[in-house]
Amino acid sequence: MRALMKTIIVLFALSLSFSLSGLAHGQNMQGNADLESRAREIGKSLRCVVCQNESIEESNASLAADMRVFIRERLAAGDSNEAIIATMQNRYGDYVLLDPPVQANTYILWFGPALLLLGSFAWYLFRAKRKTVAVKNQPLSEEEQKRLDDMLAEGRK
Amino acid sequence: MNISLKALIPLAVFAALCIALAIGLTKDPSELQSMMIDKPFPEFSLPNLHGEGLLGNEVLEGNVTLVNVFGTWCAPCAIEHPVLMKIEQTKAVTLLGVNWMDTRENGRDWLKKHGNPYTYTLSDKHSSLVQALGVAKAPESFLVDKTGRIRYKHTGVITLKAWREVIEPLTQKLEAET
Repeated sequence: MRALMKTIIVLFALSLSFSLSGLAHGQNMQGNADLESRAREIGKSLRCVVCQNESIEESNASLAADMRVFIRERLAAGDSNEAIIATMQNRYGDYVLLDPPVQANTYILWFGPALLLLGSFAWYLFRAKRKTVAVKNQPLSEEEQKRLDDMLAEGRK
Repeated sequence: MNISLKALIPLAVFAALCIALAIGLTKDPSELQSMMIDKPFPEFSLPNLHGEGLLGNEVLEGNVTLVNVFGTWCAPCAIEHPVLMKIEQTKAVTLLGVNWMDTRENGRDWLKKHGNPYTYTLSDKHSSLVQALGVAKAPESFLVDKTGRIRYKHTGVITLKAWREVIEPLTQKLEAET
């Protein structure tokens, strides 16, 4: 009985701390599940600029919490997801985007590996072809022919 | 000989790639690009740390202003502070403090203890101006010209050397602009 009571108290304390942390981190847009899910989607695509490789949705940093609040404010004011992400990009640069955008300075990042693969394959084909051609078109020189004849003659003896 | 040199080309390409990537690794990704240079200072309306009421962009008008983001929780800010006190004594530039993520009491006490170099201090408890400026870390400073346009960004502690060699000359240049 005491064990049961203990469990109930612990569970209650846990649930309380979860709901409190939700409030403290500015993650509640009560009564608007649609905006809240959009806010989380935006939050997941933005990097917490003080923690390097965490989205602002996951981060416990206070700046990330303030950014989550900002996202919700803009959504409530009627901004589109793209507009909010563009605002953040204008302020913090490309670094704030967790997925690097496809643009002039990232072409090498996006297309480099494929180009390298195709390039190496083309290189391989080119060299392989040239080698067969080289072997086909090279008759023995006079001297080599003479050496071969000598060896064959030696063998027949 | 000819063929074996050509065979080294893929290796050379690989080596070049390695070198380029190795250089990339030495760069600190948290040193953000200066997105704000030559942009107008963001619109703001924030509580005056000292006294009542809100302060807005009018505090930037007519003066070359060094906007400095600081927090009482920020250890490098305490290192930077004596330099700001010296800059204030030269009267070369107007200093605007942005007290970030602090209660007003903490901010005021800290300035009382360390001295107050700022003409105005804003209380940005919830990072609204800080976010608009694209600031991730404190201290960070922006030099704003007389028309309210950001002209220079200094990341990290302003040293006396940085002031004398970069910021002060730039301030004089901006002061000469009409």
